[in-house]
Amino acid sequence: MYRYDQYDQAMVDTRVEEFRDQVRRRLEGHLPEEAFRPLRLMNGLYLQLHAYMLRVAVPYGTLNSAQMQVLGDIADKYDRGYGHFTTRQNIQYNWIKLEDAPDILADLATVEMHAFQTSGNCIRNTTSDQYAGAAADEVVDPRPYAELIRQWSTVHPEFNFLPRKFKMAVIASDTDRAAMRLHDIGIQIVKNESGELGAALYAGGGMGRTPMIAPCINPFVPIGQMITYAEACLRVYNRHGRRDNKYKARIKILVHELGKDEYTRQVEAEFAHLLTQNIEPPAAELERIKTFFADPPFETGIPDELDRSDPAFARWVDTNCLTHKQPGYIAVTISLKPVGGIPGDASADQIRLMGDLAKQYSFDELRVTHAQNIVLPHVKKADLYALWQVLEANGLGTPNLDLIGDIIACPGLDYCSLANARSIPVAQKISERLAPREAEIGELKLKISGCINACGHHHAGHIGILGVDRKGVENYQLLLGGCEGADTSLGQITGPGFDEDGIVGAVEKATEVYLANKQGEERFLDTYRRIGMAPFKEALYG
Amino acid sequence: MKILTGNDLKTGAVTWWDGVQWSLHVEDAVDVGEHADTILAREEAARRVNSAYAIDAVKDETGVRPAHIKDRIRALGPTVRPDLTLKPADPEAGNWVI
Repeated sequence: MYRYDQYDQAMVDTRVEEFRDQVRRRLEGHLPEEAFRPLRLMNGLYLQLHAYMLRVAVPYGTLNSAQMQVLGDIADKYDRGYGHFTTRQNIQYNWIKLEDAPDILADLATVEMHAFQTSGNCIRNTTSDQYAGAAADEVVDPRPYAELIRQWSTVHPEFNFLPRKFKMAVIASDTDRAAMRLHDIGIQIVKNESGELGAALYAGGGMGRTPMIAPCINPFVPIGQMITYAEACLRVYNRHGRRDNKYKARIKILVHELGKDEYTRQVEAEFAHLLTQNIEPPAAELERIKTFFADPPFETGIPDELDRSDPAFARWVDTNCLTHKQPGYIAVTISLKPVGGIPGDASADQIRLMGDLAKQYSFDELRVTHAQNIVLPHVKKADLYALWQVLEANGLGTPNLDLIGDIIACPGLDYCSLANARSIPVAQKISERLAPREAEIGELKLKISGCINACGHHHAGHIGILGVDRKGVENYQLLLGGCEGADTSLGQITGPGFDEDGIVGAVEKATEVYLANKQGEERFLDTYRRIGMAPFKEALYG
Repeated sequence: MKILTGNDLKTGAVTWWDGVQWSLHVEDAVDVGEHADTILAREEAARRVNSAYAIDAVKDETGVRPAHIKDRIRALGPTVRPDLTLKPADPEAGNWVI
């Protein structure tokens, strides 16, 4: 993985001391909250329902063991013994004291971490494929390009005060595992017929209040011009984005209102201008970055078979493991969704344990997934059973990846000051009710948001749930048919909402409609797309 | 009744105006009547509270109960982690929120 150079470390260390001074001035009364608020948000520190919340950046979801040790220690020392992995592949802590925040940032800096740009109207943490560098289907490892974007976008003077927040994702395979087209800018690294690398640029996607699927605005930008093109996209947005109305300020509204063709025309004009300015990072820098993402020293000629005689292990392998590009290895997803648990939460001990396991079994690498799980990307198959036994013994062996118990849920009204309804209790009830039927139901991605901001990606769930406030009472809308993959689609609302218990029953009814109408190997999403909304509405409201 | 709530500046803990100072317990909250703005301005300026605001509440046999679920969750703690609420020994405490 990428390691800081002297410049990176100095920038992070300087920011820690700058924030320490800002906190001191706030506590001494020299800074009012109106002045301090944007400063703390620039350092990932929110004020939530119960306390300050610190969101820590995990660039493209990549972590090592030393970082996990510090993340676990922060949970114990400064929080209440746990952390919450988020849908932007970050981690956040819910019980932070303002006076501790500078020390936490200092601890993070010792392992090359920070909380820059995890809030505010800037370019947020760039996300990527959690199987990058391991997946057999990728054109190239997307992480060097994500890292280049991280360096370009971090404290970029022109893009620190955008009309609204700005999210980017980079993938390098046709199987989209990062919800790429639901980002402000999505990038797919591709190869053309001549074998040259390029970036397919998608702009104007997003979830939230007005969900949009990003259209492709340029199918092939030469890879040596990717940053210049992204800068052109940002410049046009920064110039014309709606600063008068925060609900219409995201780039998706601009692309929609201008139209894809006009937005693209303006981007191309800006791009042509920027090419004359030579703003692209030197090719040597990309090559330097790539060296950090070289394959680990895989063993060759090792067995590629698994002993599947333990049925519980075999089930977990079939559910939670992905074929690796290197024979003899496998990519492992550790589910943070135990039955009835809180999606994305991990105890300090579990965080440290996963770090230890990465060091022992996965070349010291972990990934946070946007579905709030953890990946060990490079596990030798010969070690898999031993690894699984440790995971099982520590509540980390749930075999439910992409099944109905693998629910994405935002913190909701239990923690978040923006939420209208609780997400986690709904996830827990659905998990408890339907996890016993996971094998029968098969792949079903269920996503829950506690408000219209859609941190729980409800628009992209095969089944989505949106919590709303109906005259002070929690109410839940049901959506069907969303998908975040290469065939991205947005879920459609079934009809009137349900109360907390009602939404659990409604989800169960939806699965029963699917099972009654399923043909062959169809997934829930396939059946929904074939039969449409009507049979589901009939079952729910008829 | 109108009561005042905010967060402790240093710790971020949820606090309630008890007529003299800021308490961690909603049952200590007092009706501030028409004086909310005056108290809020004074307490914010003194840095004894952060992001404070006035809310509607009722007082019944169970104590002071904020009108909105969001403030009841703030008063108790996350309903999904009873061990982290102000009443960790009371398994029924979450029912007060709903």
